[in-house]
Amino acid sequence: MTSAAGYNFAYLDEQTKRMIRRALLKAVAIPGHQIPFGSREMPLPYGWGTGGIQVTAAVLGPDDVLKVIDQGADDTTNAVSIRRFFARTAGVATTTDTAAATLIQTRHRIPEKPLREDQILVYQVPQPEPLSRLEPSRAETRRMHALAEYGLMYVKLYEDITRFGHVAISYDYPVMVNGRHLMAPSPIPAFDNPKMHRMAALQLFGAGREKRIYAVPPYTSVVSLDFDDHPFRTTRAPQCCGLCGADSSYLDEIVADDKGGRLFVCSDTDFCEERRAAGHVGPEGVAA
Amino acid sequence: MNLDDAPLLTARGLNLSFGAIPALVDVDADLWPGEMLAIVGESGSGKTTLLNVLSGKLAPRSGQVWYRDPDCIQHDVHAMPQPALRALHRSDWGFVHQNPRENLRMAVSAGGNVGERLMAQGRRHYGDIRTAAIDWLGQVEIDADRIDDLPRTFSGGMLQRLQIARTLVTHPRLVFMDEPTGGLDVSVQARLLDLIRSLVRRLGIAAVLVTHDLAVARLLADRTMVMQRGEVVEAGLTDQVLDDPRHPYTQLLVSSVLQA
Repeated sequence: MTSAAGYNFAYLDEQTKRMIRRALLKAVAIPGHQIPFGSREMPLPYGWGTGGIQVTAAVLGPDDVLKVIDQGADDTTNAVSIRRFFARTAGVATTTDTAAATLIQTRHRIPEKPLREDQILVYQVPQPEPLSRLEPSRAETRRMHALAEYGLMYVKLYEDITRFGHVAISYDYPVMVNGRHLMAPSPIPAFDNPKMHRMAALQLFGAGREKRIYAVPPYTSVVSLDFDDHPFRTTRAPQCCGLCGADSSYLDEIVADDKGGRLFVCSDTDFCEERRAAGHVGPEGVAA
Repeated sequence: MNLDDAPLLTARGLNLSFGAIPALVDVDADLWPGEMLAIVGESGSGKTTLLNVLSGKLAPRSGQVWYRDPDCIQHDVHAMPQPALRALHRSDWGFVHQNPRENLRMAVSAGGNVGERLMAQGRRHYGDIRTAAIDWLGQVEIDADRIDDLPRTFSGGMLQRLQIARTLVTHPRLVFMDEPTGGLDVSVQARLLDLIRSLVRRLGIAAVLVTHDLAVARLLADRTMVMQRGEVVEAGLTDQVLDDPRHPYTQLLVSSVLQA
């Protein structure tokens, strides 16, 4: 396939991609450590994935197969736009099949299907600094990272347990990477945190507005923070998927009518479709 | 000489000036374990500067500050690497500010404030941290049922006591206090002084106390240093300095205190 005329391969110029790759190499060398990079203006607004899209552009090759998900779904505006953007500017093959993709750009979810060594997962990150809400000074948070002073994050967990009886962080749950750096895992649900631990795929994080890149290399330990007597626990809706009947996937709650009807379905659409194609039917589903 | 008799903190030949204004002129100081040293003087005499230099927050132009750790190893406070100094500040040392709001996290509950130093030291058991917080709130005479309240609902005196609990929870050996009773009314001051005195005596904490109030020095301190324009003009046992002042400036200070 050929890319659109007048654009360099994958939109960004080669020097910019080189700069981003250098930042990525540093990021992989120090797991969880935030590397500053010269974030470019992209043809989409901040908050829509400018960081993720730049990382994807920098690591994308002509033979890659790209999958883009937003909240787990392949068919939402953000996912469709970014997938079409790279189909046009790089001419790469795109897919919605998790297993067929070599590069997956994601917002807010990790695919349900375990990833492999030959895959790369790119996260879109709004706020790379896990301590941002606790310590307003960025100079001070950098010092805290440098000296591994993370007591403050535990003060936040303490306050949550005191107030609510449990840690009330449902997304962007802070993790310790490689036993050294505190990291914001981007706004994925805490449900997905255990999937990051010793994941076979390379995980890259891009924050466009905040101009930071960080990474978790394959098979790196990623541990969610907790207290000894209040261990980290994931939560999910107690229902099973209405369409495919899965009882261990992360669910979206969909308002079905104006009479209080609710439908719980897998947020990972590819996972759900694959299960339905294999003959699984949920309580509200129709046999494929 | 017995090692226990060696000073905990030693300062020799400290000099510092802010532009043309001398803040410290050849200041020497010693602090022995379990002892309370008061630094008195009028505003601008260099008391707080000396405290900041002794605690490593401010580098002197010349001179050295030595701290003896529990293993009897001497550390040059101003030559220490930043991580070691910061670790010292959150474990072996404590700092009590005049304004408790500088030290406390106002958006975090009283229990979280007391527990922060424990968590910074790596304690990861919620129940233990909470038990320690309740214990310390009791020691500074704050009701245990206020543990989950935010500091902004506390009175000025309670805030200061909360700050002391937060500082002492890690059992520091050395506490720096900058006007701990400033800005409090007289009855609250008296209660707080009583509390500080009993805590310091019971726990055997050494403390450097900066105050402009001679009554506070008389009540709390074993030894007193009188400063004027960055110079230590007189130093010695508190009773001696205050009852029998030798330097004209000290005599002036003592005679200027209203007799109740």
